[in-house]
Amino acid sequence: MREPLIFDQGRPGRRAPSQAPAVAAGTDDLPAALIRRTPPPLPEVSELQVVRHFTRLSQLNFSIDTHFYPLGSCTMKYNPRAANKLAMLPGFLDRHPLEPEAHAQGFLECLFDLQEMLKAATGMTGVSLTPMAGAQGEFSGVAMIRAYHQARGDTARDQIIVPDAAHGTNPATATMCGCDVVEIPTGPDGDVDLAALRQVVGPRTAGMMLTNPSTLGVFERQIAEIAEAVHGAGGLLYYDGANLNAILGRALPAAMGFDVVHINLHKTFSTPHGGGGPGAGIVAVNDRLEPFLPIPIVGRRDGAAGHAYRWLAEAERPQSIGRLSGFMGNAGVLLRAYVYMRLLGAEGMRRVSGYATLNANYLMKRLAAAGFTPAFSQRRASHEFIISLKDVTRDTGVSALDFAKALLDKGFHAPTTYFPMLVPECLLIEPTESEARQELDAFAQALIEIRDLAFKDAAEVKSAPRTLPVRRLDDVRAAKQLDLTWQSRADSPAVSPR
Amino acid sequence: MNNVPQQLQYTAEHEWVRREDDGTVVIGITDHAQQQLGELVYVELPEVGRALKAGDAMAVVESTKAASDVYAPLAGAVRAVNPALTAEPELVNTDPYGAGWLVRLQASDSQLTGLLDASAYTTLLDAAD
Amino acid sequence: MPFIPHTTDDTAAMLGAIGARTIDELFDEIPPALRVVGLPGVPVGLSEAAVTRLMRERAARNRATLCFLGAGAYEHHIPAAVWEIATRGEFYSAYTPYQAEASQGTLQLIYEYQSMLAGLTGLEVSNASLYDGATAFAEACLMAVRGARQARARRIAVPRYMNPVWLKVARTLVAGQNIELVELTATAGRTDLEALADLGDQDFAAICIPYPNFLGGFEPIDELTNWAHARGMLVIAACNPTALALLRPPGEWGEKGADIACGEGQPLGIPLSSGGPYFGFLTCRKALVRQMPGRLVGGTLDVDGRPGFTLTLQAREQHIRRSKATSNICTNQGLMVTAATIYLSLLGSEGLRRVAAQCHANTLELVRALASVGGITAPSAPFFHEAVLTLPWPVAPVLQQLAAAGILGGYDLSADFPELGSALLVCATELRTTEDIAVYRRALAGVLGVAVAA
Repeated sequence: MREPLIFDQGRPGRRAPSQAPAVAAGTDDLPAALIRRTPPPLPEVSELQVVRHFTRLSQLNFSIDTHFYPLGSCTMKYNPRAANKLAMLPGFLDRHPLEPEAHAQGFLECLFDLQEMLKAATGMTGVSLTPMAGAQGEFSGVAMIRAYHQARGDTARDQIIVPDAAHGTNPATATMCGCDVVEIPTGPDGDVDLAALRQVVGPRTAGMMLTNPSTLGVFERQIAEIAEAVHGAGGLLYYDGANLNAILGRALPAAMGFDVVHINLHKTFSTPHGGGGPGAGIVAVNDRLEPFLPIPIVGRRDGAAGHAYRWLAEAERPQSIGRLSGFMGNAGVLLRAYVYMRLLGAEGMRRVSGYATLNANYLMKRLAAAGFTPAFSQRRASHEFIISLKDVTRDTGVSALDFAKALLDKGFHAPTTYFPMLVPECLLIEPTESEARQELDAFAQALIEIRDLAFKDAAEVKSAPRTLPVRRLDDVRAAKQLDLTWQSRADSPAVSPR
Repeated sequence: MNNVPQQLQYTAEHEWVRREDDGTVVIGITDHAQQQLGELVYVELPEVGRALKAGDAMAVVESTKAASDVYAPLAGAVRAVNPALTAEPELVNTDPYGAGWLVRLQASDSQLTGLLDASAYTTLLDAAD
Repeated sequence: MPFIPHTTDDTAAMLGAIGARTIDELFDEIPPALRVVGLPGVPVGLSEAAVTRLMRERAARNRATLCFLGAGAYEHHIPAAVWEIATRGEFYSAYTPYQAEASQGTLQLIYEYQSMLAGLTGLEVSNASLYDGATAFAEACLMAVRGARQARARRIAVPRYMNPVWLKVARTLVAGQNIELVELTATAGRTDLEALADLGDQDFAAICIPYPNFLGGFEPIDELTNWAHARGMLVIAACNPTALALLRPPGEWGEKGADIACGEGQPLGIPLSSGGPYFGFLTCRKALVRQMPGRLVGGTLDVDGRPGFTLTLQAREQHIRRSKATSNICTNQGLMVTAATIYLSLLGSEGLRRVAAQCHANTLELVRALASVGGITAPSAPFFHEAVLTLPWPVAPVLQQLAAAGILGGYDLSADFPELGSALLVCATELRTTEDIAVYRRALAGVLGVAVAA
C-alpha cells in the first residue's frame, strides 16, 4: 500500500480552477525586478486528485479515532467531536484577531471563563492562556521565575534543577532561558533523591522543575519536603503539568507548594494532537508570580449593564515577561478545551483522574500477573506505569523496540519506549480513562502473545511490522543521505515546460 | 566484549588518548562508547587552531538515537581533525582506535595527568555493568 | 459518564483485580493533607446539547464585519476540501509520528509540505513547522546566532518596519540568551542604506528582512543581502507566503541569496480564528540544517528496500539532546500544516499566483478609491497587498466609527510608528469586491464628513 507523492501525480497545466480567481490580475505596477522568474514547484493536480491523495494518506495513519493509543506521557484520550465542531462556529472562526473588543465579547467570555476554571483546577490565582504548547508554557514559567528573582535584586540565581527522569523539554527550556541545568537522581522507589536535592540547592538555585506524578508513573510522596528544600534555598517550584490527568480534581499543584504550573490542554483537556500539534500550554501562577504572567490576558469589567470583557493592556502589566505569540496563542485550541471542560464539569474532571488511574492500575496488575516486570511494583500506578522488558531482552534478544513494532501489527499503537531512560528496555503505558476494560484485556493479551513468540521465534518478532504500509525504516540512511524535499526531475511530468 | 588496547590511556568519559612521537596527542572515543551510541551519522569537529581547556566540549558524536559531547581530556591547541569523518562518520564504529580518531592536539602540558590506564578503564567498565 | 465507557460491573471487577475497594483508594499515595474532593469554581457538567446552545449564543455575539484589516493575519478563501480532509480523525487525532510505520500518512504529508515551502522560499530545507510567524522569526534569530560565522556575534539587525509584535515576541524569547535585536534607521518607509555605515564594525550575526515589510512596501532586498554577506552576516527573510507565488523568493536575493526564511503560514488555508492556531514556517540552506529547530521528515528505505518516511536528525531535538537542543519546541502545529499542504495542492503555483495578484490588484483599487476621498494621501512607493494611507485626522476615532458601521477599516500605525503621522494600514485580499470597496469608501467619507460621488 503506497501512495505516490502529490508532485508525481500532476500533469502540466492541470488545475483546480474553482479555487482561485478566474482571471489573472495584472501586476504591471510592481517593479519587474521583484517578480518571480520561475514558478514555485507546487503540484499541478485536480481537486479530486487532491481529495483522494490526502484521504489515502490519512488512511496510512494510526490515530485515536482508529486505534488504542497507550502512549505514556501523552494522554491520548478520546477527543470529543463536539469540541471541534463548536470551536469552528463561524462567529469564532472568521473573526480577525485584531477585531475590536466590542465585537468579540462571546469569544472573550469563553477565554475568561477558561482562565477561571484553570485557576480552580490548579489552586492558583493567575492564569495566562497564551503559551502555544507545553514547551512555551515551560519557557513562560522559567522566564517568570527569573523575572521574579531579578525584580527582587536577587540576580545570581541561574540554575534550574530537574530530576534525571524529566522530559527533555525541561532542560532545553532552562537553557533557552539562559539557566544552567542541574540534574538530580531518582531514588530506588521512584521518588526524587531528597538528600541529593538538599545538596544542590543554594544561592544559585532559581527553581526546580518537577512533574507530579512523575514520568516514572508514580506520585512524588515527598513533595512537601521538596517544596520546603527549594523554597528554603530561595528558589521557586515549577509544576510540569504533563501528567495533570492523573490527579485532576484530587490534588492541587498550588497546595503541593508549586509556584507555577503549565498545563498541556492537548493532554488533560483533550484537544486533538493533530499529528504533532497544535497544542496549548497555559500557565497558572500564585501571587508571587502573577505580575510576571505573559500577555495577553483577558479581564472583566463588571458594570450595571453586565460584564464587559477586554484584553488587559500592556501598560497594566508592566512587569510581564512579554508576548509569546503574534496574537492570542492557539485561540481555537483554547475554545476546544473550554467546550470539553464544560461537558465534564467538576464531577467529570474528578472522574477523569479516577478512571485513568483505575485503567492504569488494572493493566499493570494484569501484566504483572502474566509475568511482566513493572518498574515500581510496590507502588500505585498513577495514570501510567512502566514495564521493563530487560529480562525478556536478555533471554531472547527481543527488545522494547521489537515489542513496539509487533504491537503495531496487532492493531495497537505502541506505548512510549525508552523513556524515561533510567529504566532499561521500558514501555511507558498510559491507557487513559477513555478505554474500556475489554480493550485493556486485548492489549494485555497482545503483549503476552508477543512475549511467547519472542521465546519461540525471536526472529519473527524482530521482523515486525509486516502488515503496515512500510516495514522498519533505515534511520541511519535517513540521517546520512538527507532527503528532505522532493526534487523536480527534468523528465518529471509534474513540471511544466516554461 | 569491549576492546581496550593496552597502549592507550583513557578517561572516565570514554575517550582514549595516544601520545605520538612528535609530541602531539591523538584523541578518539572508545569501543564501549561507540557501542553505546550505535552507528554514527554525524561527527562535529572543532576548528583547527582552537585552544581548548581540559574539560571543554570539543566535538559532538551523533547517532540516530543519541548525541554526545566529546570533552578535551587535556588542554591544548587543535592541530588537526580527522577529515574522513565528514563523509564516513561510521569509521568511529568500525575502527574506533584507528581510522576513527577524532582530534589531534598539541598539548599545553608535556605530562599527561589524570588519565586512566587500560586496566583502570576496564575496571571502570566492569563496575558500570 | 461522559467519555468513560466503564459499566458498574467492569469497575467492580477491575477494582477486584487490583485489590482495592474504591477508586478513591487508588490515590492513597497522595498525602491526605493534599487531597481535595471537589473543584469549587468549576461549574457542573452540561450535555452536548446544552454546551452547543451556549457556544452558539456566544459565537453569535461576535459581530461579523467587512474586513480590510491585515497586519499579520489575512482573510483568504479557504477551499472547502481543506478542512473537510484535515479534520479526518486519522489526521486530527494522531500523535507526533514517532512510530514511523504507523504514521506514514502524516510523515509523507510533512515531506510534501517541506518540499512546497522550500520551493516557495527558494531554499533547500524546511522544518515541519513552528508555532506562528512571530516565534518562527525568534527561532530564526536564535538559529542565525548559532550558525553565524562570527561565533561571538549576538546582535541581529532588524529594519524599522518589521512587524512590531513579532519584534516583541522575539525579544521575549531571546532575552535569556543575551541576544540583542538592533533596529535599523528608515527613510520613506524602508531601510536607509546610507545609514548602515553608522553601524561601524559592530558584530552582527544576521539581518532579518521583512518581505513585504509591515507597511506593505519593499525593502532594498538585494542591497541589504549583499551588504550583510559582505560583513559575514547571515540573511533571514521574513516573508508573506502568498506573496512568494508572485515575488522573487529569498533564495534568489542579492548575489548569494538569503540563508534562512521564516514567516506566518496563516494565509495558506488557515482561518483567522480569533488569532490562532496558525503556524510558523522556517526554511534554510542545507549547510544550516543542523541548526534547524523543530522536527524534520526525511525519505529513506525500509528493510525490503521500499521507500518510506521518518523523522530525522532528531539528535538536534530536546528529547535527545536535552539542555543542548537547538530549541525546546516539541509539539508544533501539525494539523495546520496538514491544511496548508492541502491548500497549496489545490491552488498550485498558478492558483496561488492568481490569489496574490488579485490581492495586489484589490488593494491597489482600494487605495485609489480611498485616496479619492478628500484629504487622504496614498503611498508613492510600490506595495504588495497592504498599504499605508495618511488621514487628515487621528486614526483611532475613525476606525471606531467604521467598526460601529460593521467595517474593519485597517490597522492604526500611529502608536507603533509615530513618525508616520495619522497612518492607517489597509488591506484588501482576493475576497474583497468592488462593491465592498465602495461600501468602505462611502463609510469613510461619511466619517470624515466629506461628500463623495457614488
